[in-house]
Formats: sequence, structure tokens, C-alpha cells
Amino acid sequence: MLFLVLGLVIGVSTVVTLLSITDSMTRDIEQRLNRFGANIVMVPKTESLSLSYGGIDVGGVNYSVRELDQAKLADIRTIKDSKNLSVVAPKLLGPVTVNGRTVLLMGVLFEEELALKTWWHKSDGIFPEKEDEVMLGSQAAELLGFKAGDTLVLSGIPFKITAILNSTGSSEDDAVIADLGASQKILGKAGKISMVEISAFCQGCPISEMTLQIAEKFPDAKVTAMKQAVMSKMQSIDMFKSFSLGVSVIVVLIGSLLVFVTMMGSVNERTREIGIFRAIGFRRGHVMQIILLEAMLLGVIGGILGFVTGNGIAYGLMPIVIKDGAFAGIDSYLGIVSILMAVALSLLASLYPAFKASNMDPSEALRSL
Amino acid sequence: MTQIDHLIEVRGLKKTYQSGDTCIDAIRNMDFFIDDAEFITLMGRSGSGKSTLLSIMGALNHPTQGKVLVDSLDIYALTAEQRADFRSEYIGFIFQSFQLIPYLTVLENVKLPMAVTGTKKKLQDRMAREVIDRVGLTAKSLRLPDQLSGGEQERVAIARAIVNKPPLILADEPTGNLDSKTAGDIMMLLQSLNKDGHTVIVVTHNPDMEAYSDRTIRVQDGEYMA
Repeated sequence: MLFLVLGLVIGVSTVVTLLSITDSMTRDIEQRLNRFGANIVMVPKTESLSLSYGGIDVGGVNYSVRELDQAKLADIRTIKDSKNLSVVAPKLLGPVTVNGRTVLLMGVLFEEELALKTWWHKSDGIFPEKEDEVMLGSQAAELLGFKAGDTLVLSGIPFKITAILNSTGSSEDDAVIADLGASQKILGKAGKISMVEISAFCQGCPISEMTLQIAEKFPDAKVTAMKQAVMSKMQSIDMFKSFSLGVSVIVVLIGSLLVFVTMMGSVNERTREIGIFRAIGFRRGHVMQIILLEAMLLGVIGGILGFVTGNGIAYGLMPIVIKDGAFAGIDSYLGIVSILMAVALSLLASLYPAFKASNMDPSEALRSL
Repeated sequence: MTQIDHLIEVRGLKKTYQSGDTCIDAIRNMDFFIDDAEFITLMGRSGSGKSTLLSIMGALNHPTQGKVLVDSLDIYALTAEQRADFRSEYIGFIFQSFQLIPYLTVLENVKLPMAVTGTKKKLQDRMAREVIDRVGLTAKSLRLPDQLSGGEQERVAIARAIVNKPPLILADEPTGNLDSKTAGDIMMLLQSLNKDGHTVIVVTHNPDMEAYSDRTIRVQDGEYMA
């Protein structure tokens, strides 16, 4: 019986370990991707020239082009998969002149932007919080000769520079980053936005479908999913999932065989006992019931032990599998499935031995007495 | 004229075992009867067929030919499941070498036959304790079989055999593994059960045991010797 439970524990714990690690890996990568920034970008449909921002073509900033209405942006929260929307960060881009130099003004909602751009770090000061506060990109600050605490005048309006952004290696380095409302006033584009960066949670999130849903709500916008990075990583996880599933199936098959062999051995060993049961009036059904009840009980024990062991192994292995990776936690649903699987496995593997035991001729069984 | 009702009637009984191409006649054309509340010793040498005869009378071993009527019931005309019910209701077996379930306590071993009779748990417990008391093992009811002496294990086997109050007790060499004093005690216990109305059939090759019985049936080379 110890071997039977051991077989079940090995089978269940292997499956639980693989599934837990896969799940933890998926969550970890998704969390990293969520931290990575936007995975959907919405820009106005345009046929005119455009400026480039972060490798993404954004609608014409210098020219008379269509822009998006900020007021309509709330509609984005009405799409079918809105629960997967994390950060919606609108921005207005435009040129401003500072100290005789033309600089890119980037109007943002700081709260949203900072939630999206978790890699933004300031070298000095604090991130802007008010409408009359701005932040400069590292390159812009250097070229314009500003530091945190200085005052910058844009279209005659003074702004306090509260922070200088560390170099990000992208367009922000050259920009003046101001509040969206203030930027709209400076650029004379009240209620307008140039683009929207959207971060969607990827836990079961259908990015392509969400892109279509957003495009439906904003017919004047071009919605692009930045899914290449996501897809390649998810494909790797999917491959690992398939591999885990394959290994699980093999382990379950081996486990079933082990349970079957152990049960057959147990029935053979217990010929004498079964003979006694039959002699004192146990029916075939009773004998079958005893064997299957035992199998069920052992299945429950094996399932619980296997689930606990599997989670323990997954917990121990996770930091080795992914650097700084965290165990996703105990999945009670997986626990129930594991126990049911162990019971089903144990019962299935015990069916024939139970049938054989119940059909044992009592006189044959008693000959061994 | 009073008609005597026999508890067991064995008619034209034959049992042949097949071993490869060889047929071995374990029982050859036996005819006899056993009355209600008789104490019978079934004697014969090893391999004479007495244990086979006992298992056939106990509805465990299908005869090749012939009939066994218990209480006028042709037990081999019953289905296997009906025979299981018959054994549960009619027969108490005492096996050679006690044959207790090693991982069950004395009380649990004794309660075992009641597991399939639908007797309520409380009543099972009471009935089991009664018979354990009867065989003198009250103080040891929670012990495991291997914590008991041979004689005590035999008593547990007897308690298990009588707990369902079967009319027929079949004992296969119940004293074979016991010293003569303990064997005598066991035979006296069986005798007292017989006095309570149980029909007792004891297979033995020990002539000393004959003294406890009402009648002896001798078996020689599978044949009934009066």
C-alpha cells in the first residue's frame, strides 16, 4: 500500500509541480510585460507627415492633422474586455520654443504616465504633480541649461521644473514633459490628444481582440497592438506548457501502471483474506467494494500528499527556474483536480484487480489457508 | 411415525480435481446425513478428502456430482451470491490456523461476519462483546491477533464463527496447532456450543477428539466409512 500511495504521490506531485511552475512562469512573465509598458497604441488616422515617437509613428504634430478628442477617450472603458485594461495614458505632442530652440512638448497625465513608464527615474527633484510643473528629459535639460527648481517659460506661462528625467534612450530625453491640460493650452489644442498608450493585463487577455474592440469605438483612430514581444514570450510559455502536459501524461500513465501492478500484487497477496471474506458470507460486490474503497481512500491520501509535495517542489524550484521568480501560490482548483485525478487513477487502476478479487473462487482462495 | 428432519443430506456426492491430464477423485459417491444439533467428528488421514467434504458442505466448493441439502435446501442449485448469503446466515467457519485478519483487533475480527448482514453498528458491538465474553476474552478484545496465544486466537476464531448465530459450525482441524490441554479446552467450548443447539462438524485426525462428539464420520480415500 505504501508503494501505491508513493506512486500516486509521485504522479500527482509531478503534474502539480509542472503545472504550478508553468502557471508561475506565465504570471511572472505577464507581470514583467505589464511593467514593460504599453502593449496597445492608438493614434489618429492620418495621411500626412508624422513625427516619430519611441519608434512608433504618431500623427502629424507640426501640421494640420486630425487629432483625437480627449472627451471621447472615456469610451475605451466600455469595450467588452475593459476589465483587462490597466493604464490608459493619453498624450499631446507638439513643438514649443524654449531659449530659441524648438523642443518637443509632451503633454501627459502624470499619474497614468508614471504608472505606465515604471522605468522612468528622475535624477533630481520630484515628479510634477501640478499643472504649472514640468519635467525635462536629460538631453533637453542639458542643452537648454536647466536644472530642477528652475523656471521655464512656455508661451509666456512660467512653469516650475520639478525634476530632470534620467536618460531613457528614447524620445523623452529630448522633450519637455508637462501636464496634458497645460500642454493643450500652450499648443492651442484644447481637448485634443495626439496618441494614447494603453497597457492591458495579459492574464488571458486577448490583445488582438481588444485592439479590434478599441478600433470599433474609435473609427478615426489607428489602433496597433505591440504584441510581438508578448507573442514570442507567450509562445515560449505555450511550448513549455505543451511539454509539461506531455510529461504529465507520461507520468500519469506510469503512475497508473504502478498503481495497477501494486493493486494486483495486493490482491494476490490477500488471496487468503479474500477467501476468508467470501467464506464468511461476503458477496462478490462486497469484496469489490472493499478493494475500490481502499483504492479511493489511498487515492485521496495520494492526491493530498501529491498536491502538497508538488506545491512544495514548485515553491522551491521557482527561484531557480526564473531569476527573482515568485511562486504563484496554491491553486485550490488545481488541488481539487489533483485529488479527483488521484482518486480516478486509483479507481481505474484498481478496477481489474477488484474484479479479479471478487471473482476469486472461495474454495481456491481457501486452499491457501 | 415421526419424520426426522436432517440438517444436512449428502447425496451421491463426487468431487474430482483436474491436475493437468490427471483426474483425482477427492470424494467418491458419498451418501450420508447429519441431524440437527449433532456433534460430528470427521476423521481420516491426510489427503483422505475430509477437508474437501467440509468445504463442499460449507457451500464453498462446487461438487462434480451429487447434491448437498442443508435444511432441505439444495445449496448448489443456488447462485454464487445466494450461496454467499447462505454462508453468512447458516454457517460459521473455523479455519485451520485460526485465519484471523492480522490488522484487525479481536473485537473487529469478531464483528467481521456482521458487516454484510445489515446488523446495526451498536447491535454488532453488543453481539460481538457477548460472544467474546462467551469465549473468555473480554479483557483482550482490543488486542491484535499476534498479541494472543494460539489457544486465544482459536477462541477468537470460534467467536467469529458463532457471532451470527449460525445453526451449523464447521471446524477444520481447530486443535491442530494447539497443545493437548488447550485442544481439550477448545473441544469443550465447541461441545458447549453444540449443547446450545449448534450443529458442529469438526475435521480432525486426532482420535482423542472423538470423545467429544456424538458421532464420527470416517473418510478414507474419498469414501464414506460409517
